[in-house]
Amino acid sequence: MELLKKYPKLFQWLFLLAVFFALCFAIDVPETYKFIRGQAEFVKDPNQSAFVFLGKEVRYYAFDVFWRLPPLLGWLPIWINDSLFFLMNDWMPMEFWNEDTQEYKTRPLVLQITRNLTAFMTFLIELIREILLGGLETIVAFTSWDWIDANPWAELPGLPWTIVAAGSAILAYKLGGKGLALYALLSMTYISIFGQWKPSMQTLSFILVAAPLSFIFGLGLGVAAYKSKRVEKALYPILLVMQTMPQYAVLVPALVLFGVGDHAAVIITMIVAVPPMILLTLLGLRAVPPEVIEAGRMSGCSNWQLMSKVLIPTARRDILIGVNQVIMVCFSMAVISAFIGAKGLGFNLLLALNQLNIGLALEAGLCISLIAILLDKMSLAWANKQVDYFGNLNFFQRNKNSLFFGVIVIIGILLAYFGSIYFKDGYNYLFEVPHNKGISTADFWNKGVDWIFDTFFVYIKAFNTWLIVDVLQPMRALYLRMPAVATLVLVVGAGYLIGGVRSALVVCGLTLFIALSPWWDRALVTTYMATFGVLVSCTIGFTVGTLCFQNKHSTNFMLNVCDIFQTFPSFVYLIPVMMLFGITDTSVLIAVIVYATIPATRYTIEGLRSVPAGLHDAATMSGVTKFQRLFKIEFPLAFPHMMLGLNQTIVFALFMVIIGAFIGTEDLGQYILKALSDKKGAGIGLTLGICVAFIGLIFDNLIRTWVGQRKKHLGID
Amino acid sequence: MSEPVIKCQSVYKIFGANAERMLKEANGNVDAKTFQENGCIVGVNNASFEVSKGEMLVVMGLSGSGKSTLLRCISRLTDATGGKIFIEGQDLLNLNNKELIDLRRNKMGMVFQSFALLPHKTVLENIAFPLQIKGIKTEDSINKAMDMVKLVGLDGRENYFPRELSGGQQQRVGIARSLAVEPDIWFLDEPFSALDPLIRKEMQDEFLRLQEKLQKTIMFITHDFDEALKLADRIAIMKDGIIEQLDTPANIVLNPATEYVRKFTEEVPREKVLLIKDVMDEITSDNMGDIKVSKDEIIENVAEKILTQEKTVAVTDGKNNIVGSINPAKIINTVFGGRKNNH
Repeated sequence: MELLKKYPKLFQWLFLLAVFFALCFAIDVPETYKFIRGQAEFVKDPNQSAFVFLGKEVRYYAFDVFWRLPPLLGWLPIWINDSLFFLMNDWMPMEFWNEDTQEYKTRPLVLQITRNLTAFMTFLIELIREILLGGLETIVAFTSWDWIDANPWAELPGLPWTIVAAGSAILAYKLGGKGLALYALLSMTYISIFGQWKPSMQTLSFILVAAPLSFIFGLGLGVAAYKSKRVEKALYPILLVMQTMPQYAVLVPALVLFGVGDHAAVIITMIVAVPPMILLTLLGLRAVPPEVIEAGRMSGCSNWQLMSKVLIPTARRDILIGVNQVIMVCFSMAVISAFIGAKGLGFNLLLALNQLNIGLALEAGLCISLIAILLDKMSLAWANKQVDYFGNLNFFQRNKNSLFFGVIVIIGILLAYFGSIYFKDGYNYLFEVPHNKGISTADFWNKGVDWIFDTFFVYIKAFNTWLIVDVLQPMRALYLRMPAVATLVLVVGAGYLIGGVRSALVVCGLTLFIALSPWWDRALVTTYMATFGVLVSCTIGFTVGTLCFQNKHSTNFMLNVCDIFQTFPSFVYLIPVMMLFGITDTSVLIAVIVYATIPATRYTIEGLRSVPAGLHDAATMSGVTKFQRLFKIEFPLAFPHMMLGLNQTIVFALFMVIIGAFIGTEDLGQYILKALSDKKGAGIGLTLGICVAFIGLIFDNLIRTWVGQRKKHLGID
Repeated sequence: MSEPVIKCQSVYKIFGANAERMLKEANGNVDAKTFQENGCIVGVNNASFEVSKGEMLVVMGLSGSGKSTLLRCISRLTDATGGKIFIEGQDLLNLNNKELIDLRRNKMGMVFQSFALLPHKTVLENIAFPLQIKGIKTEDSINKAMDMVKLVGLDGRENYFPRELSGGQQQRVGIARSLAVEPDIWFLDEPFSALDPLIRKEMQDEFLRLQEKLQKTIMFITHDFDEALKLADRIAIMKDGIIEQLDTPANIVLNPATEYVRKFTEEVPREKVLLIKDVMDEITSDNMGDIKVSKDEIIENVAEKILTQEKTVAVTDGKNNIVGSINPAKIINTVFGGRKNNH
């Protein structure tokens, strides 16, 4: 009784666990239950039950309701699908003028809108792409194919790589000085001489359209949400779901709406990149001190001036983090959108993945990272740029960068011309180093991996077998052994104990959605992989973070390492593990662990850092040892922040588990991948994406609520 | 007398959902307690006063007394719930957005407690900001801003960012920014409260120097009674949204209107606040010595001169005419006597 009074929460948790296990043991596994044929699979089978809702027939294998809930939401994906098709093909047919055939044509409104949008995006991408690489689509857009046939000189020749490299160096110099210029020059030269020029420029042209558009839309919507509570309330749930939605679940519906190609990729990238931009814009604007706003008003700002000259610049810090996010999302989408036919580095990366060519994949991946870092640094430098009012400069000084660029263009063209004479028979290396004709280190890496594999084959195999047979299989079986009702009780109970009725209801709603969808079993598998990944990642991350925190240099070093690993396209992680561990859950999980350890480490370091220095001194003066300080002071205070790290770790892990479908898994990701090649995949893909997002949101809700309470308790924030 | 620059008539500011209806029902008799029970908070309660050209009105009150709210009503950063405010005869509350912006661009300047500088702009850009908002050419606005930099003594730091300056320097930038458009009316919201005592004194002196030169119409908010006494032509003391007393510093010290005001005046060293003219007597036929004191002297400065005299001393005005008299007993009485409850 004493104990009960002292730790009421502990006993509530114990009671919850007791109920959970009691339910688990009380409810037996039905004899007919088999995982793969667990629930609705959209195959006809006389053993299936069926129901009809909204005119859609849903077929499924019925079990005891306590064991698995019937997929009452099974109609949702079909319904989404049919609605999409209806919108695209039958809704609101209208007369539209067709430029090519010179006549009116009847087309559904949505189709016309998406086609126009598509054409616009294509035009933008092609414009930049052809400036960089040459081509004739842009000219054709203004004239016609006939005209270009008659006037072949008008085809854009594209810029020699020397000009682009030097040009970007000059731009970098203007924005950020010598260091950045050197970085720009080196990375561009690297890309060129390693033969990645063409795909890199294709990716770049895609980014240069997607990133600014995402930025503008995100900023605009963020401002709208700041100005109007109603807009914010409407946006918020969408933003929340999009934050945890696996990016390529969006691919499928977009595929239906916008077709295949770069333009669709741009639109999807915007859908994914805009939400964080909105959130960060909103966050930044909210943090502007009221007196600064008043100062702006008293200076006589109109509403527009107040927003553009006072609020947005003052909120710059958060908005810049948003820009950074946009750029990172753009590059990760540049890879993922290769699935729907976007050209560029992503496509090469996927190809290399398919051939298990670690070297090629690494090279393509490195190019993506180099360009990503360059763009990120340049946008940062641009935002921080200062104006000099007192320089009495003459014409030459004022325009030296442009003049210099002019000279570079001439030199570049001359070089390319001489090159065309010198390299008469082969490729003109001074114009463009063709793909895979540059220097390559691919062999080195491939041999390296081969060597590791050959040398350690026995150990790797033994480890792999042990992990799968003794750890992963039992864990998976345990997860699948949970009756649906027991899981619900556990999750809702946890919600109630942490955040009261409100949290319990939210969590219950999210869980029910997944439980009533046709993919509960798959969601369990996803959760099992994510849990395993998160457990290991957190153990590593918290340990490494704590160890590195003991020394200032190692702290900074570790944060830099985290930065680099994060800019690396996540796909690259799949290759080496796949080669070493084959097509098994081990591969996926190791990739998950590598990827998800990043936020765990980062947040641990940042959390420990955020402990006020005054407390350190106070602790030292009360004579604590290093360990006492760590465990009695630093950990308790840093814990809320570390838990936010756990939250991020879960999101990262889920993301990677879903991508792991590319290796081969039996979870939600596998179905999303399947939906990509399914004609009726849009609804399935979207619903699956929502399921994954909801798994993330369940944990997100619980952790955030807990952290909020804890912070209040500690008086931080 | 010419038209007052700022004129307030029964200004109310009440926060809350149905503030306006409540105010109407209260019929001019606003009681903070009943309002609070109905979910409304009274910020400013029936404020009426005038500020004439070139005058400095200091509004003094503790935090939560509604002094900043009053200032924000007069600058229309918030809209007053009731009453009328006239700025140079214009009805402030009836101005449309464009007219209001025009008024702020040309007539008003404001300094803030937390400086409220734009973090992304340099000193010079911050000062030039109101000018550029007005649409003045970059070159002209920069030149003008440079003059302002010199005025507040920040030459050589014009390309610094606010974060690179000390608090006092930042507030100099804030002052320069508020003066850049050469406003007639100058609002200062606790401008020196965030500064260290020494810097604060330095800035007060600097501020007096500026005002001597510029002769603006000023509303100055502070929670520091000494600061109010030092700077003000007239002081308004606020409590719970109500102006308890509005008078010259001398009158407030000598004749506190309410118990609340008297508490502030108790600790004030009167000889440092009061002028000879505040305490002098009529011209008497008494035998006055050769020594004369100016009526605008602070008592402290001439006390020794008077106290060492046996006789009554003549008080003169600026033109050396005798306008009154003062005797040593009066001085002693003023400085040490007349304080109730002074243990």
